[in-house]
Amino acid sequence: MSELNSKIPTGPLAEKWDNYKEHAKLVNPANKRKLEVIVVGTGLAGASAAASLAELGYSVKAFCFQDSPRRAHSIAAQGGINAAKNYKNDGDSVFRLFYDTIKGGDFRAREANVYRLADVSRNIIDQCVAQGVPFAREYGGLLDNRSFGGSQVSRTFYARGQTGQQLLLGAYGALERQIGLGNVKMYARHEMADVVTIDGKARGIVARNLITGELERYFGHAVILATGGYGNVFFLSTSAMGSNVTAAWKAHKKGAYFGNPCYTQIHPTCIPVTGDYQSKLTLMSESLRNDGRVWVPKSKEDAKAIREGKKTAADIKEDDRDYYLERKYPSFGNLCPRDIASRAAKEACDDGRGIVPSGLGVFLDFADAIKRLGVEVVKARYGELFPMYQNITNEDPLKTPMKIYPAVHYTMGGLWVDYELMTSVQGLYCLGEANFSDHGANRLGASALMQGLADGYFVIPYTIGNYLSSEIFTKAIPTDHPAFVEAEEAARERAEKLIGTKGKKTVDDFHKQLGKIMWEYCGMARTAEGLTHARKLIQDLRKEFWSNVNIPGTLNEFNPEFDKAGRVADFIELGELMVIDALDRNESCGGHFRLEYQDEGEAKRDDENYAYVSAWEHTSVEADPILHKEKLVYENIQLQVRSYK
Amino acid sequence: MKFNLKVWRQKNAQAQGKLVDYTIENIIPDMSFLEMVDVLNDNLVRKGEDPIAFDHDCREGICGMCSMYISGRAHGPHHAATTCQLYMRSFKDGDTIYVEPFRAGAFPIIKDLVTDRSAFDRIIAKGGFVSVNTGQAQDANNLPVDKADAEKAMDAAACIGCGACVAACPNSAAMLFVSAKISQLALLPQGGPERNNRAINMVNQMDEEGFGNCTNIGACEAECPKEIKLTNIARMNREYLVASLINE
Amino acid sequence: MQNSVLITSSIGKKLIMGLTGLFLVFFLVVHASINGCIWFNDEGKTFLYYAHFMGTNFLVHIAEVGLFGGLILHMVDGLLLWKQNRDARPVKYAYSNPSANSKWYSRSMGLLGTLILFFLIVHLRNFWGPNRLNQITTGEELNLFQLMQEDFSNLWMVVFYVAACFSLFWHLLHGFKSAFQSLGLNNVKYNKAIEIAGTAFAIIVPLVFALMPISFYFNLVH
Repeated sequence: MSELNSKIPTGPLAEKWDNYKEHAKLVNPANKRKLEVIVVGTGLAGASAAASLAELGYSVKAFCFQDSPRRAHSIAAQGGINAAKNYKNDGDSVFRLFYDTIKGGDFRAREANVYRLADVSRNIIDQCVAQGVPFAREYGGLLDNRSFGGSQVSRTFYARGQTGQQLLLGAYGALERQIGLGNVKMYARHEMADVVTIDGKARGIVARNLITGELERYFGHAVILATGGYGNVFFLSTSAMGSNVTAAWKAHKKGAYFGNPCYTQIHPTCIPVTGDYQSKLTLMSESLRNDGRVWVPKSKEDAKAIREGKKTAADIKEDDRDYYLERKYPSFGNLCPRDIASRAAKEACDDGRGIVPSGLGVFLDFADAIKRLGVEVVKARYGELFPMYQNITNEDPLKTPMKIYPAVHYTMGGLWVDYELMTSVQGLYCLGEANFSDHGANRLGASALMQGLADGYFVIPYTIGNYLSSEIFTKAIPTDHPAFVEAEEAARERAEKLIGTKGKKTVDDFHKQLGKIMWEYCGMARTAEGLTHARKLIQDLRKEFWSNVNIPGTLNEFNPEFDKAGRVADFIELGELMVIDALDRNESCGGHFRLEYQDEGEAKRDDENYAYVSAWEHTSVEADPILHKEKLVYENIQLQVRSYK
Repeated sequence: MKFNLKVWRQKNAQAQGKLVDYTIENIIPDMSFLEMVDVLNDNLVRKGEDPIAFDHDCREGICGMCSMYISGRAHGPHHAATTCQLYMRSFKDGDTIYVEPFRAGAFPIIKDLVTDRSAFDRIIAKGGFVSVNTGQAQDANNLPVDKADAEKAMDAAACIGCGACVAACPNSAAMLFVSAKISQLALLPQGGPERNNRAINMVNQMDEEGFGNCTNIGACEAECPKEIKLTNIARMNREYLVASLINE
Repeated sequence: MQNSVLITSSIGKKLIMGLTGLFLVFFLVVHASINGCIWFNDEGKTFLYYAHFMGTNFLVHIAEVGLFGGLILHMVDGLLLWKQNRDARPVKYAYSNPSANSKWYSRSMGLLGTLILFFLIVHLRNFWGPNRLNQITTGEELNLFQLMQEDFSNLWMVVFYVAACFSLFWHLLHGFKSAFQSLGLNNVKYNKAIEIAGTAFAIIVPLVFALMPISFYFNLVH
């Protein structure tokens, strides 16, 4: 594999994408029909890509592990989607959205990609409205916007607290339409087991039919992975139970570089962990910080009393409360970006002032908002969020403050892709959260939906044509080609090894253990010492996993426990890479905070030595990966210390 | 807390299934129902037995994947909540809890509590969309929508496609699901041009899938985790009637 | 556009149920009004006047054919619904708690309808059948008032009729509202009115019918 070429088009920033589109090679309609594209994953990025490519005339095969493409975890996004429409006349523009995103990402994202994202953000809203996505509207019938997650303009479009769901259902509808028309063949309850490469180009996949357990081979002239993030490497996260890294990891092992694996977003407003039995963490929308005030008691004694149930929030006088976000970041206050709010919560709790029995929790208080706006307004504004909180915790946030704590929410890292969203393997693309692009070291609120849909609706339809135009003479390769046979054989061997281990510990035992290591050493605060130790622990865990895991059942049946085992095996390997990456990056930026590199508690970036993307090349599971650096060049903006004070 | 569970176990689609008794102890009231099943499965795996297969994914009540019929009710006794949002504090210590799959001919069982709900996808594929290709859209604000209509459309669009309506309906009818999509798009101007096609094609597909007929019992509305209203079914009836009468 | 088969589709079937149901509801109003004339206590004079009109008028005869047509359609459609809906769930739930989400009479329309059908057979055999037979054979009508007096002196017959009225009450309690829903006439603004009208109708009409045999039995009508 050659040196990293990000293929950024020449010309001024604002014209790069137009230039690209105007000069990209095209495929004529008759040839499109003969070209087959595989799309793995049917979330926002995957569904929108599959639908858009099918509309263009390509012959598409789409895969998802869920029972229906409508269930992908994009559906759980609550808050909204950004777009530089400037409908509010408050000074928004493409450049401003671009700048906010770059800055929010702590200057670790590619200029050209982010500008394109901000640019097409406007088309996304048009497209989704045309599909019948029921966005919130004003009385005049026009679209409503709100300000969201560390932004000073109102550019967030939303559909109650279900924006992700509504956008996904829009894309799902478009996908189903193409399925109905016969342009997309849908394979639900299928999980990708490997990418098949022939002569250095991605030519298909091997997938496991989760109902029968059979391994099946599928050919494609190009393969698109849109398989989401890998937050579940921490076991507890806001991801869905099935969210996994497996497809991306298999691609990585087949030659796709992994970009910035250590950048992890820890979301500040989640419901705190209450016990070992817990299977996942629930996010409470960031929009709650618009009206809620975050605080802990000023004194450790008060905090201790609350933890032990001797005092309640109401017993703490106004003067004895520490509204630490307002204190530390007066200009953004409770609305400061996620990484900063999360770290501040951790600091308060590390200081012994946490307010839940485990010590890991802070208050999010609506008392002032209720006083100012009245109960009814607050209730209406946070429609389904309050009942949801009450249902889970059995406490009414209108009467007593919410208890929140940060939790793993999003992974900015992912497969390295160039400007065309192609990985370092020819013909293998990666979209949405699964790739590394656009968000740098930290993602702003309401930007994930934007990126997923931008990639699927408006980027890949152009860029894939540029590649496939040179593939029109490639006939469909029969799946008895040795490369397919070999990939299937390897997948079968691995599966048989896993199920044949018959050890003592369950898959979840290992997953939980991995999660603890990752959270402890590669979570909100990292140190060289801890990371080095963690790497050793993960290596030991991997060895133990392969000799002591216990998976019930057989391979030729519906066996969710086996599916889980395969995913955990990949998570363990990924975990090690994350630690290696975190160890390499001797600076603090966005979602990567190294205790050694800070300035009075604020992250200390090192632009001179670390303004690059880490793209890791796999060698073998035992050996060290090879680091490729893609230098980040900023021609249009000045690198600054990110300050929200 | 301690519970006696009677869980439907069925090896695969062809096998004969039966209710199997399990006893589970040391359950914390703050556990979700699925976490309770996790604990049970953990026990089973450690004993070398086959764990209970069940569908689940997001565990925050929005993906629509979880789907159990618990103590005689779709998604269990808690109102307007999916199984993953059902907490054990809704039960009494020592309760006997029946756990069965969503039952309908159109939802064949795959294993244990896992069913095949792809019939819903096939219905959507017949018209649950606006036929607009990527890139054709005009500026979003060129099309004002009455706020009240937009709200009603959103109410209908909240459907998560879990199939509780079918499971709860004594007739196994899918009308609440189908009507939610038809309503959403009938209420919005974007759905206008295709409304007649949509109503007829989706209803035809629904009938072909073998769902039962609606007799306005209302169990679907009562059990819907997203509180989709019967008014949607009435709207679908209107849409279908009008479309049929003018169909050439 | 695909062809719609309005009659046999799931929604078509409920439209038929609703339309025939409302038609039968209209018949009940006519029937109850005319039979209510017995309470004029004029030895059935007013009642017989209208009974004669209904029994001999040409247009009413045509309507009568329509009534039987509607009734049969209602029954056939109902049986079809019952069978299809039963088949739509080949394996039943081992344990179900339907009372948590719906009314028993809404779930039992087939059963209630069948009970009403049994009643109808007896009822037609008691009055309408003999009367028509007499008309055809002799050209004369029977004195239906007298016939009622005779029949309703039998306690068992009275009990049977009253029981049937209960079936009718529950059938209407669901059916009236349901018909509007089936026809798509569901509007938040009018739902309350439809609900009240439906409940009132379901109580008043069966009550009126039930009071007839009771009144005869206790000699309150003469």
